[in-house]
Amino acid sequence: MEKVTIKIDGKDYQAEEGDTILKIAHKNGIKIPSLCFHPDAKARSNCRMCVVEIKGNKNLQTSCSTKVTEGMEIITDSGRIKRARKINLELIFSQHQEECDDCVSLDSCRLLKYQKEFGAEINKFPDRKKNRKIVQTGPIVFDWTKCIDCRLCADVCPVEFLEVENRGADIAIEASSDEKKECINCGQCIVHCPVGAIEAEGEFEEIEKPLADKSKTVIIQFAPAIRSSIGEEFGMEAGSIVTDQMVAGMKKLGFSKVFDTSVAADFTTYEEAQELLERVKTGKNLPAFSSCCPAWVKFLEFYYPEFIHNLCTSRSPQIMMGGILKTYWAKENNVDPKDIIVVSVMPCTAKKFEVKREEMKLENGCFPVDYVLTTREMARLFKKHNIDLKNIEPEKADNPFGDPSGAGVIYGASGGVFESAFRTAYFMATGKNMENVDVKEIRGLEGIKIKELKLGDTILKVAVVSGIKNAQKMLEELKKNPSAFHAMEVMACPGGCIGGGGQPIPNTPEIRKKRAQALYQVDAEKKMRLAHENPSVLEAYEKHFTDKEIIHKVLHTSYQQRKKSEVKELKSSRGD
Amino acid sequence: MNIIQKIKDAKLTGRGGAGFPTWQKWEAVKNAPGEKKYIIVNGSEGEPGVLKDGFILENYPEELINGVKVALETFENSEAYIYLRKDYYDKYKSKLVELSRDFSITLTREPGGYLCGEESTLIESIEGNRFEPRDKPPFPTEKGLFGMPTLVNNLETFYWISKIAKDEYHSNRFYSLSGDIANPGVFEFSEDLSIEKILKETNNFPEKEFFVQVGGGASGIILTREELENKVTGAGAIIVYDKEKTDPKALMKKWIDFYFNENCGKCVPCREGVYRIKELLENDNLDLEKLKDIVFVLEETSFCPLGKGVAMPFEGFLGKIY
Repeated sequence: MEKVTIKIDGKDYQAEEGDTILKIAHKNGIKIPSLCFHPDAKARSNCRMCVVEIKGNKNLQTSCSTKVTEGMEIITDSGRIKRARKINLELIFSQHQEECDDCVSLDSCRLLKYQKEFGAEINKFPDRKKNRKIVQTGPIVFDWTKCIDCRLCADVCPVEFLEVENRGADIAIEASSDEKKECINCGQCIVHCPVGAIEAEGEFEEIEKPLADKSKTVIIQFAPAIRSSIGEEFGMEAGSIVTDQMVAGMKKLGFSKVFDTSVAADFTTYEEAQELLERVKTGKNLPAFSSCCPAWVKFLEFYYPEFIHNLCTSRSPQIMMGGILKTYWAKENNVDPKDIIVVSVMPCTAKKFEVKREEMKLENGCFPVDYVLTTREMARLFKKHNIDLKNIEPEKADNPFGDPSGAGVIYGASGGVFESAFRTAYFMATGKNMENVDVKEIRGLEGIKIKELKLGDTILKVAVVSGIKNAQKMLEELKKNPSAFHAMEVMACPGGCIGGGGQPIPNTPEIRKKRAQALYQVDAEKKMRLAHENPSVLEAYEKHFTDKEIIHKVLHTSYQQRKKSEVKELKSSRGD
Repeated sequence: MNIIQKIKDAKLTGRGGAGFPTWQKWEAVKNAPGEKKYIIVNGSEGEPGVLKDGFILENYPEELINGVKVALETFENSEAYIYLRKDYYDKYKSKLVELSRDFSITLTREPGGYLCGEESTLIESIEGNRFEPRDKPPFPTEKGLFGMPTLVNNLETFYWISKIAKDEYHSNRFYSLSGDIANPGVFEFSEDLSIEKILKETNNFPEKEFFVQVGGGASGIILTREELENKVTGAGAIIVYDKEKTDPKALMKKWIDFYFNENCGKCVPCREGVYRIKELLENDNLDLEKLKDIVFVLEETSFCPLGKGVAMPFEGFLGKIY
């Protein structure tokens, strides 16, 4: 790319031809407001907040979509620009029904930030969308009374479930009524909405519920990807590791036990590695697909049921943990499984759907997990109880499920699940551990990574995919060439769970990179980096998971072709 | 002499309203790499008071087809679309099909409304997408219909291309005259003629107090009796309003109702701004400050020419008339 020199507010900057003004400005710390722009989507340029003056142009131009050219002279702040932004912001406010007290975006609300900056009147015009619908499908609630028609949600929805309807002022984003389209609950719409119009079910109302029943043993577990993201909710830099601070906070809230889902990930690894080896050996059901991402699983069940048999039957870590707690742990500790409540803190909204799947039910009639809180909900619960992760004495998670291998921690990043399984499969296949356990070639935020890995005498061809659109490409590829690879790891969200729909907002490529790096850092610093060396895992297999039947009942599952779910109309976003 | 040079020498500008030098578009399409090139005749003519494209279709369809033929000869491996508003399509289809039999010319019935006359929206509509404008660049001349270099010119422009090719062009244009006048209709005069002269030449100069809207019946600018030395801009319409007879608020409502129905809803100033102007006009006391604010963002920040078009009549009307 050609280098060009441009002038912003009188100062020279170097830029690459083809970069947008907004990109160069942000790179150089020059603030330009924007609502409809997100680095994950193409510029829509419809909110008209990022307008700037460009010498030679009669009217203001949007910086999100205007590419720089040699010698371009840009002014980012002037009375004219301020006036335009203020008026457009007031028009945007007139679409958005304010309910700030229970808004997912409250702490990161750009509307309010700009409102102060430009002195905009929130109620200059009456809210015109008061009577728009609020609908729910699965665990996702769409509150169209808050929508500002920026369309980011529709742009990032990987299954095109959100559709733009009508014209002019009647324009509306709608949940598709097409029988062939189904929401996979990934929640990417939530983390991309600039105004908090979309949230997960119970995002505010249910967070206290799990703690209400004092007669029960209430156990909380937290997913691998939470530890490097929840700090952001407390003003910390993305990628800050706050595992022990979070544990301390959970204990302070009164949970009986705090366990780490990464330990359950070690169980998943143990099972999945065996499945992989078995399939490679017999040549059956190849390629093997990872099964811990519930949005991916639902996507496959609805859109590509012909591939269901490729999914590993190993349950996801949170479900395994719940099952282990309500069977093995309950027995060991003499607790009636019916008196155990398991709460999961997940970076994910699809996990709220996963726990309700009938096929997850244990033999004793219990569902493995009772409540799922997203990272955002957990942070909200902390804040509600004045727990600040920045100022808390760290504590360790409880035994026996408090100390994961490094492999269990990297589950939160795209490539981590397969890397963990590979480390263990290598041991199972060759009888010895890898000399260097890092499988760096499958790390990183790239959406599709196809690599060949040596497993003893076998060359294993693997695809590591994040983003459902990318997964779809690979499935189409597999239709043409069914033996294109042996295994495929898929995470529905960009970069894996670190970019999940339950994660703090904002959720940008830069932030995701930091969250992922932190997980690999934890792994690198661990002595125990292999799932099959985790003593908690080994002990459980020795004591309880001794035969195939019991393993299958608690640690494995089945899948089913799915029909479209109902899109329910709610009276208000509070679900009543 | 090559036709592009002739168009340049003739100083022909687009007759759709924007007044862009026609030769520049032709040259851009000519030079743009592409295995195929498209030529689009924009006969969407959707604004109140603009009638000239229909006039040409009625009276000079041969000239139009000849203009398209010139374009087809100019661009290698090219194909043309004649894109017509619904009633024009229905009325002139058989005639045009007959005239264009031996050329690769496709007639298209406009599926949407006024906004489909905006060139990138027009392209989206032919491709079967939502009727919304595209971001520019890339301009249609580089990446237009189906990603190929595309020439979009107004229907009247093709008429004059035909005249230029035959050396019969003398800087004339068509004027649509309507409103409170005695002899409404479409007239041909030099493009240098002042509004006053045109009104007088056609025996339409009002005796009573009046003002005019020039360009188009929605996006046209407002001029008073003292400003008639100006030439006609935009799509060549002159609409005369009898000052005594005209209810200013009703006129503003007429404009805004048009834009309310025709805007696509993509950008904030147009979608929300037009909605709010409509709301303001329904109040007994018109909040002028709010109205001016919205007109300001429409002019400065709307995505496509439609939004800027909303601002145009209001800018002159507020102050001069209201």
